[in-house]
Amino acid sequence: MTKARPWLFMGPSLLILGVFVLWPIVQSLWYSLHDWTVGAAEQPWVGLGNYTKLVHDPQFQRALGNTLIITVASTAVLVAVGLGLALALTSENIVSRVIRSAFFFPTVISLTTVGMVWKFLLDPDIGLVGGVSRALGLGAVNWLQSTALALPTVIFVNVWKNAGFVMIVLVAGLKAIPGEYYEAAALDGARRLQLLRYVTLPALRPTMLFVTFIVTIQSLQLFDLVYVMTGGGPLFHTDTLVTKLYRDGFANYETGYAAATSWVLFIVVVLVSVFQLRIFRYNDAD
Amino acid sequence: MPTKTLKWFYVGIGLILVLVPIVWTVAGSFRTEADLFGHPAGLIPHQWTLHGYRGVWSQLPFLRLLGNSVLFAGITTALTVLFDSMCAYALARLNFRGRDVAFWLVLVTLMVPFQVTLIPVFVELFHLGWLNTYQGLIVPRATSAFGIFLFRQFFMSIPRELDEAARIDGAGHLRIYWRVILPLAKPAIATVALLNFTNLWNDLLWPLVVSSSPDMQTLPAGLALFGGQHVTDHAVLLAGAVISLLPIAVAFFLAQRYFVAGISTSGLK
Repeated sequence: MTKARPWLFMGPSLLILGVFVLWPIVQSLWYSLHDWTVGAAEQPWVGLGNYTKLVHDPQFQRALGNTLIITVASTAVLVAVGLGLALALTSENIVSRVIRSAFFFPTVISLTTVGMVWKFLLDPDIGLVGGVSRALGLGAVNWLQSTALALPTVIFVNVWKNAGFVMIVLVAGLKAIPGEYYEAAALDGARRLQLLRYVTLPALRPTMLFVTFIVTIQSLQLFDLVYVMTGGGPLFHTDTLVTKLYRDGFANYETGYAAATSWVLFIVVVLVSVFQLRIFRYNDAD
Repeated sequence: MPTKTLKWFYVGIGLILVLVPIVWTVAGSFRTEADLFGHPAGLIPHQWTLHGYRGVWSQLPFLRLLGNSVLFAGITTALTVLFDSMCAYALARLNFRGRDVAFWLVLVTLMVPFQVTLIPVFVELFHLGWLNTYQGLIVPRATSAFGIFLFRQFFMSIPRELDEAARIDGAGHLRIYWRVILPLAKPAIATVALLNFTNLWNDLLWPLVVSSSPDMQTLPAGLALFGGQHVTDHAVLLAGAVISLLPIAVAFFLAQRYFVAGISTSGLK
């Protein structure tokens, strides 16, 4: 075997990952330390200036807060709803399988389509939601224009889109639990709720960790849904880190500042991941 | 049994919440604007019309958007499957110095959020003159660390005796990769191809960043932009959404198990 052979096989992938992922990671950090503007003659060094500016930027505080609220609320509701569905639909008969497909389908639809459709559904003039609530005599609510309701509405749609994903992963986890566990517990006289509490949930913990982890990271990076449904409004009440980053970097051309935001996002992702691993491991000990 | 009733009540409410918006979308694409405004509580068209599907072609540069989406998602997916499986072959089957470092670098790229690299990649494309071009859309996305990882795992599960038998027959690595390993890796190819295609077809942020000109936009970016400004005809936008959904829906119903296998192990979608 010649020495060049492995690098010929890996060449295309490594070249692309190197040029368009690894080197940009380094560059992104470098930009975040400069007052960097695309095409400008000078890119002055500002040290941590972009980061201190972020800390004092009310838009950033709001975006960070919204992102954390979206993430915590979406994840909690998703795991609860998904677990309920998974427990109800574990069996392999045709009815369960068809219903599971229906719940799973929104997972493969684009967030853009989901966002646009829900924007229409919630429209007070043409939407089904307004139409039905008016028919019931409740009057139409302007969900996405209200500073109080817009964020919970975005969270609801995020849950709508991803509940099937959580369900499908948890169903796979439930099926992997050995039947002997249940037989042994049944011999000890365990009842249904006890089986759930002492057999199913502990055995499901690794799968729960995995799915919580994925859903958390995806929620932290939420962009499409907000961009399409509210554009971050009303008055930045649904703005997230990524919609802010997009606005700063690609509408206002504050490249260095946007790069700093992306590093904050990265740090939040790492912190949340470490925190989750800790919690789940701590529970393992008891 | 009360638990059973409770269970079907819960599943039933969930099903209504999931299915009604989908039915409303498809039905809405066949409704007139007057019907939508006149009967907002209705689910099914009072009178059916193809006005939305005609409007898609006249009010949007729809053919261009559709073509761009097909080219972007199609070519990128084909290249990704080829490059990822080649790279994974070296990682799984060849012994060489630097292999662990290479694999480790691939894993690093999996962990960093895409948004961190977005801005420098935009600057790179700007300097290359690749903004608003197909190569700009395709090349940076033509490999995926997840695909490399999945192929590597799959290749490691293929018995080495098969390679050795081929080697005794005088086959080189290129031949073993192409004639022995790839034909056995069809489930992995299907999973990587479907997930990548879906992911690229649905992506909004990337095409939005690379293409500012409407000529180079893909379907999601086009619908998002036109939905925001020029087109106020809801049936047209719903028809656009239904058409853009169609290929993914067909793939989903034909190959659901590959979606389930891929998505539930990677979280990628």
